[in-house]
Order: sequence, then C-alpha cells, then structure tokens
Amino acid sequence: MIEVEGLTKRYGPAVAVSDISFQVQRGEILGFLGPNGAGKTTTMRVITGFLTPTAGRVRVAGVDVVEKPLEAKRHLGYLPENPPVYPDMRVREYLTFVARIKGVPRNDIKRRVDEVAEKCSVADVQKKQIGKLSKGYRQRVGLAQALIHDPDVLVLDEPTAGLDPKQIIETRDLIRGLAGRHTIILSTHILPEVSKTCQRVLVINQGQVVAEGTPEELTRRLQGYETVLVTAEGPAPEIMDRLQRVSGVNLVEPREAADTRVTFEVHAEKGQDVRAELARAVVESGWKLLELKTSGLSLEDIFLKLTTKDLGEEAAANPVPPVS
Amino acid sequence: MRNTLAIAGKEVRAYFHSPIAYLVMAFYTVLCGFFFYSFVATYQMESFRMAAMGGMGAPPMNLNQYIIRPLFEGVLSVILLLLIPLITMRLYAEEKRAGTMELLVTSPVTDGQIIIGKYLGAMALFAILVLLTFLYIGTLFIYGNPSFKPLLATALGYFLFGGALMSLGMWISTFTKNQIIAAGVSFAVLLLLYVLDWVSTYSFSTVGRVLAYIGATTHFDNFAKGVIDLSDVVYYVSVIVLGLFLTARSVEALKGRA
Repeated sequence: MIEVEGLTKRYGPAVAVSDISFQVQRGEILGFLGPNGAGKTTTMRVITGFLTPTAGRVRVAGVDVVEKPLEAKRHLGYLPENPPVYPDMRVREYLTFVARIKGVPRNDIKRRVDEVAEKCSVADVQKKQIGKLSKGYRQRVGLAQALIHDPDVLVLDEPTAGLDPKQIIETRDLIRGLAGRHTIILSTHILPEVSKTCQRVLVINQGQVVAEGTPEELTRRLQGYETVLVTAEGPAPEIMDRLQRVSGVNLVEPREAADTRVTFEVHAEKGQDVRAELARAVVESGWKLLELKTSGLSLEDIFLKLTTKDLGEEAAANPVPPVS
Repeated sequence: MRNTLAIAGKEVRAYFHSPIAYLVMAFYTVLCGFFFYSFVATYQMESFRMAAMGGMGAPPMNLNQYIIRPLFEGVLSVILLLLIPLITMRLYAEEKRAGTMELLVTSPVTDGQIIIGKYLGAMALFAILVLLTFLYIGTLFIYGNPSFKPLLATALGYFLFGGALMSLGMWISTFTKNQIIAAGVSFAVLLLLYVLDWVSTYSFSTVGRVLAYIGATTHFDNFAKGVIDLSDVVYYVSVIVLGLFLTARSVEALKGRA
C-alpha cells in the first residue's frame, strides 16, 4: 500500500532523512519509533506530499506522490503532530470544510461528517468552537478530519501526544479499530505505544532505519541471550579469560574499569543460568567478586542501544538486518 | 472550481469569525464618512460663494470633479494602504502558525486553487468595502446629479487598485508566521509603491520615467477622472498576476524547505 524507496530529504546541507526504504502492506499498522529529531515527521511529510523529497520515490496505493500528487493525496489522510484545526471554526463547520476540499461528493458530505464525528466521539461538541475545546477533543477532531474521505492510508504523527492516560487508551483503541480497513503509519517516541498498537516497527535514528520487525521480534532478537553483569576486583585480562571458559558463555565484554575493579557483560545461551558458575569461577581463582546481576533488555534498552549516539553510529554502520 | 470556492468561502467566514472584518469595515466607514462629509461641505460652501458672486459666467461646479475624484484619488487610496495589509496579513501567516498549511497542502487541491481561493476571499471583503463607499456616493444621486459613467470607471479603477495591492500583500504574507510582520512589511512595500510617482516631479530621465510608471498611483489618475485607459488596466492586471505568481513560487519553495 505504501512503498518508500531510497527516500532522502535534505534541508540545505543538513540531512534529515537519508536513504530510507520500507513498505507497508494493506491493512497493516506500522510504527515509526525514534527520538525527537530522528526524521519521523520529515518522512511522514514527504509521504503526505507536504514536502518534496530530495531523492527517492514514494508510492501510495501505487501512485507516485511526486508525479501525481493530487491522485496520491486522495488516498491519504494525515494527522500532523499539532491537529491542523482553525480555532475560530466550529467543529461541524470545520469537518464540512475539510470534506469539501478532500473531494467528498456533495451529497455525501453530511453523512460522512456525521459518521466520523460519531466514530471519533466528537458528535457532542459539533457546535462548539474548536479553540475552546480541550486538547483531547482537538486531537480527535484532527483524527476525524483525517478520516473524513475514508482514505486507504492514514498517516498519524504522534497521535497520542499531549493526551491524558484515559484519552491515550481511547485513541489507541480507536486506531487499532481502524486497522484492516485502513493502512496506518503512526509515529511515536513512546515505547509502550508501539507494542500496544503496531504490528510492525521501524526504528529510525538520525535519518536512518536502524531496525525493523514486529515488537516481539525486536525484543527477541536483541534479547536473544541472557546478560549477566559481573563486577570483580583483580587483573582484567585474566578474569575475562576465565569467564570466557565457563560453560554456556558465548561472549564476555569489558564494560567499565576503575582501579582494579572491572565490570564485564557476559552473554550466555538463552535459558541458561550461568550466575552460579560465574561466581564460582571468580572466587575460586582468588579474585574478589563484588557484584553479580542479570540484566534483561527491555524495549527501552533496545531503543537506547539503537539510538544513543555512539551505538547509533555503530548501528548505522552495521544495520541490524531487517527480519522479514 | 469547487475547491477554489470552498477555500474562498472559508476565508470569508474566517474574516467574520475574527474581529478583523468588523474592524476593517468600521475603520473604513468612519474615515470614508468623515472625508465624504468634508468634501460635500466644502463643495457646498464653494457653491454658495459662486452663487453669491453671481456665477461670473463660470460653468456650474461638477460633483464628479469636486467630490468623487478627490475622495478616491486623495483619500480612499491612502486608506487602502493601511487596510489592505490588515486584510492580507493573515492569509498565509495564520495558516503557517496554526499548522493548517499541512491540511491544505496535503489535500487533493492544487496550489493554484488555494491561492485563487484565498485571493477571492480577501477580494470579497474588499468588495464589501467598495459597496460601503457607494452608500455615501449614492446620496449624491439623491441630492444632486453626478454623471454615472465616469463613476463606474472610477469604481473599476479602485477595484483594480485594491486588487493589485491585495495580491502583493498576500505574497508578503507567505514569508512569515507572524501576522504583525506580514502587515508591517506589506504596508512598507505598498507605501513605497504609492509614492514612487513622486519621482516624476523632479526626474525626467529614463530611470525616473520607469519608476514613475511602476508607481501604483500613476495609473489611478485616469480612473479617478472617469477615464478607462487600456494601459492602466493592463498595469493593474499585470501587478495582480505578478503577485499571484510570486505567491505560487513562494508556496512551492516552502515545500522544498520546511
């Protein structure tokens, strides 16, 4: 439904997005995950035709957004980060205006406005001025606006930003309910949101895709081993050597060293508890064991691993292969 | 066409949702009324004096010459310099600030439809101002007998003059998110365009003649007299088209940058 090939967007010398490619299948919800400034909004703006790409192609429902912008835009509903509403207008007046410029046939306008107002729970504020609504209502008016012409593709930029927890849950339910009928791309920097709403995740950092997969796949792949942190006092190379010989250990990486105190990150086979063995190995060799703890990778860790500066650059140099 | 009208309608409603339309209309009506009254009162005094002196064989004074022409040429054109920036400042600046540019640009409408729609919306408000002027001028027809055809020519010229300023003001509004800046810069540009014909009083070189030609008021003189000269019409239509074209270029450039 959405095909992005080698998308690059530069603002003068600054590269916002560099050579991003991905596809979204019909009815799928794809999550864009990344820190602020990673290029999520830029990518979405190019898909929706708000910005023209520096290089690369974007096709929506098989239509190139640069070559046939009007046709592509008919397939698109877009909710920018700040809902694009006119504060002076009343909700119903606004939705009617949007229906007209989105090309909803004249006779269907009233019915469509009623439908989306109902669907997005803004029917009770139809006569109110948008500027006087709460942030949650305004967000839902924005969503209603994106749905008014029943587009195949919905692009939602941080749809839950600024909402209270109850509204966040409602909005997520609403979005999940739209999947299947609509193909959805949504961006967020909030992690639970991704695992709760999206079927597939694209992690973007500094304008590049650093990982791709289902939330479970990402977790499993990056957590495909047990991690134990061992802090001991003694000669670092020898400790490392000894730890490596413990059965079940795949990899030992030095993490920090201060004076004679060193910390290692030990990766072991999945499902194997090597803590007791590690402790014995250190103590029996006559070194002092100071700390021993397991460390699991949460989605937060993955995110940080993929997006913090030095690791991010490393990841960019050797991107995690996409799971297909 | 449908899209253009939808946007034009939205613009007109936006003017009346905010205080801008009422402010502009009130400001215009009061000033226009004051000057109209002043010209009529002066005319009356002069007429009485002429009558008292027995006419001295001079032709009777002419309403078009003594009231309508100075009203449009000397006063209303200056009032427009102040009011047109107030009308155009929000056209793009407001959309950029509110983030609604994203709605318009990602809708299946062309830039041209958006620009023409906005321009028509702004011109609709200006048309209301022109109609208000004719409420005053209409009283001349009740109590006197001005000639109608020259007045039509003047009205056409006034509309074109306002249209040219409007199109440039809209272009300037595309550069900023700040309506005050849009209005300020528009006023400065329009004022410069307004006074450019002063050059003709002291410079007779080619450059001087060109500058005087570019001046927006140079071409209003004939209209104010009640004469339609094709070259004046061409001038104003060219400025309108230029303004719309520059707006289109500027909007296009926004998509490349941010």
